[in-house]
Amino acid sequence: MIVAHAPALISGDVEAQPRRHPLSEPAPGRLARRGLGKYLGLTPFAAYVILFLAVPTGLAVSTGFFTKDGALTLNNVVGLLAPNVLTTFWNSFVVSAVTAVVGSVVGAIVCYALLGTKAEGTLRSTIASLSSVLAQFGGVMLAFAFIATIGTQGLVTRFLAEAFGVDLFANGVWLYQVPGLLIVYLYFQVPLMVITFMPALEGLKITWAEANATLGGTRFTYWSRIAIPVLAPSFIGSLLLLFANSFSSYATAAALVSQGSPIVPLQIRGALISETVLGRENMAGALALGMVVVMVVVMWGYSVLQSRTSRWQK
Amino acid sequence: MRNLAGVAVIAAAAIALTGCAAGTPATSAASTVDSAGATAAADFGGMDALIAAAKAEGQINVIALPDTWANYGEIKALFEKKYAITVNSASPDISSAEEIAAADNLKGQDTAPDVFDLGTAVTLASTKYFAPYQVANWDAIPAGNKESTGLYVNDYTGSMSIGYDSKSVPKPTSLNDLLGAKYKGAVALNGDPTQAGAAFAAVGLVTVQQGGTLDDFTPGIDFFQKLNKAGNFLPVDATGATIASGETKVVFDWSYNNLAAAATTPGWEVTTLPGSVYTSFYNQAISKDAPHPAAARLWQEFIYSAEAQNLFIKGGAYPVTIKTLQDAGTVDKAALNTLGELKGDLVTPTPEQAKKNAAILAEKWAAAIS
Repeated sequence: MIVAHAPALISGDVEAQPRRHPLSEPAPGRLARRGLGKYLGLTPFAAYVILFLAVPTGLAVSTGFFTKDGALTLNNVVGLLAPNVLTTFWNSFVVSAVTAVVGSVVGAIVCYALLGTKAEGTLRSTIASLSSVLAQFGGVMLAFAFIATIGTQGLVTRFLAEAFGVDLFANGVWLYQVPGLLIVYLYFQVPLMVITFMPALEGLKITWAEANATLGGTRFTYWSRIAIPVLAPSFIGSLLLLFANSFSSYATAAALVSQGSPIVPLQIRGALISETVLGRENMAGALALGMVVVMVVVMWGYSVLQSRTSRWQK
Repeated sequence: MRNLAGVAVIAAAAIALTGCAAGTPATSAASTVDSAGATAAADFGGMDALIAAAKAEGQINVIALPDTWANYGEIKALFEKKYAITVNSASPDISSAEEIAAADNLKGQDTAPDVFDLGTAVTLASTKYFAPYQVANWDAIPAGNKESTGLYVNDYTGSMSIGYDSKSVPKPTSLNDLLGAKYKGAVALNGDPTQAGAAFAAVGLVTVQQGGTLDDFTPGIDFFQKLNKAGNFLPVDATGATIASGETKVVFDWSYNNLAAAATTPGWEVTTLPGSVYTSFYNQAISKDAPHPAAARLWQEFIYSAEAQNLFIKGGAYPVTIKTLQDAGTVDKAALNTLGELKGDLVTPTPEQAKKNAAILAEKWAAAIS
């Protein structure tokens, strides 16, 4: 039971708790009032989510099932299976998966290294605040920062070329294509991992390590039997957050990549604003539906993993 | 208390600002003319009455007209000076499709666009947004360049050209030159051909230069694939800024855009390849929901006047009434000499060809350059 409280930081398995504390259950009459109050308190948030998330998503996705003139059609959804559209979904998935995995592993290592520093020390608080800034440093600014440093005329590119004769782009200008997205996205993925995963790592209690040692456990058994099972839900939750963060990223890619619309958000832009390939406005809705489906599948995978890992915690 | 005062000041400022935005005279009170239904200056009672009605409105909203595109900077400035009407230039860098989207989204608001300048594909797909209008010199516009009621009218064209930084790359004399090592990471387009008309035209030019026809842009797409494989294709949107910074060393773009860059960037030169010349007119149209209907019609008259048409020539574009200007001797000869006459085997895709190639590009472009 003590163990369960660290992962609850992210997984927030709240409703399970009253069941485990039968004695502390409130009296029935009080429960009814509190129940009502609970829903009343939820109303502003629910209204917010419905108005600004559910309704817009519903409207956007539903356009995918209509023609421009308002007739029902499945052509847009069938259009998702076109080879070039499937390629962009694959690209989006690869970019998100690679940056999520690399970002979470590197971020976790940074967190682990920070554990060795003083909890209230300058270093840890500086890195924590830096990370929270950099995690939000996406979009046009970030794209510009990369263009100015390692773009074809960037400071670092010119310096490498002139001082060492190294051509960063000998095999083509990869920065403005999918490989470029990987590097640029990692710039905000790693700090995001640091700020989401650090609290979970800080939740590891020194007493657990001591208990492990007292019972004759090794460092290996500490990590394999205690720390990793405790941290797994938070880690996988953060990994999922990083995946979603990268999957839905638009502005950075839009500012960086101007040819070929290799990822789905850019395809949606193309469908909406193209002045050469016309009449695909409703295809944007179908593409959004495709993105929702990918996210649902990933979330489902997460919940399966979550239910497995929560078994370890009991 | 101090905070409260601050809030009050901000609120007052906000009210004042919205007051400015909403305070435009919506219609001319001086006349009973239905400006939005006028199809010629005569409906106002002549050009002077049109000018008076437009001045009473006091403003015009134009959209997607960059200052450096076909000399629109000077054209807008001259209109403001000549008629004392404020030109509100919104979103200069958006696409034709976004102009129509803006008309939809802003319908009924006084910030909605009054006039459009559109590529042909979007024009043909959006005729229900236009109000028919015939300018005073309607006859000076060749019959093939206008919709018969004046729903939309060709305004200017350029030819697809190659601009290059003469200080860092040699002058390209054929397409195959561009595949060579000297053009490593240098060749860029003005946009993605599946989205932007100028880039679409570049692929079209390469297609006909490669011996293909406008029925099928595949040879053009194949060329860019080779260019990308050679590491010479630069997937960056060329703009005046990328040209000035030296990032885009070779740019396929309309002659007027490349010439505008040449005027501001030392060493930037413009060339065309021998053989087929790819041209494509842009189209002028008045929004049927124009918040300033008289000013919109005056703008249309102004665009087709000798003054503005000559400004297009100065900006490197070929205006639609150029033949009449030359015949009447009103053409800006100095500007035309600098630009050079449009000669060679002129090709322009038909709407059907454009549509077919759009589908081909949508299918093949991303794979070709990735």
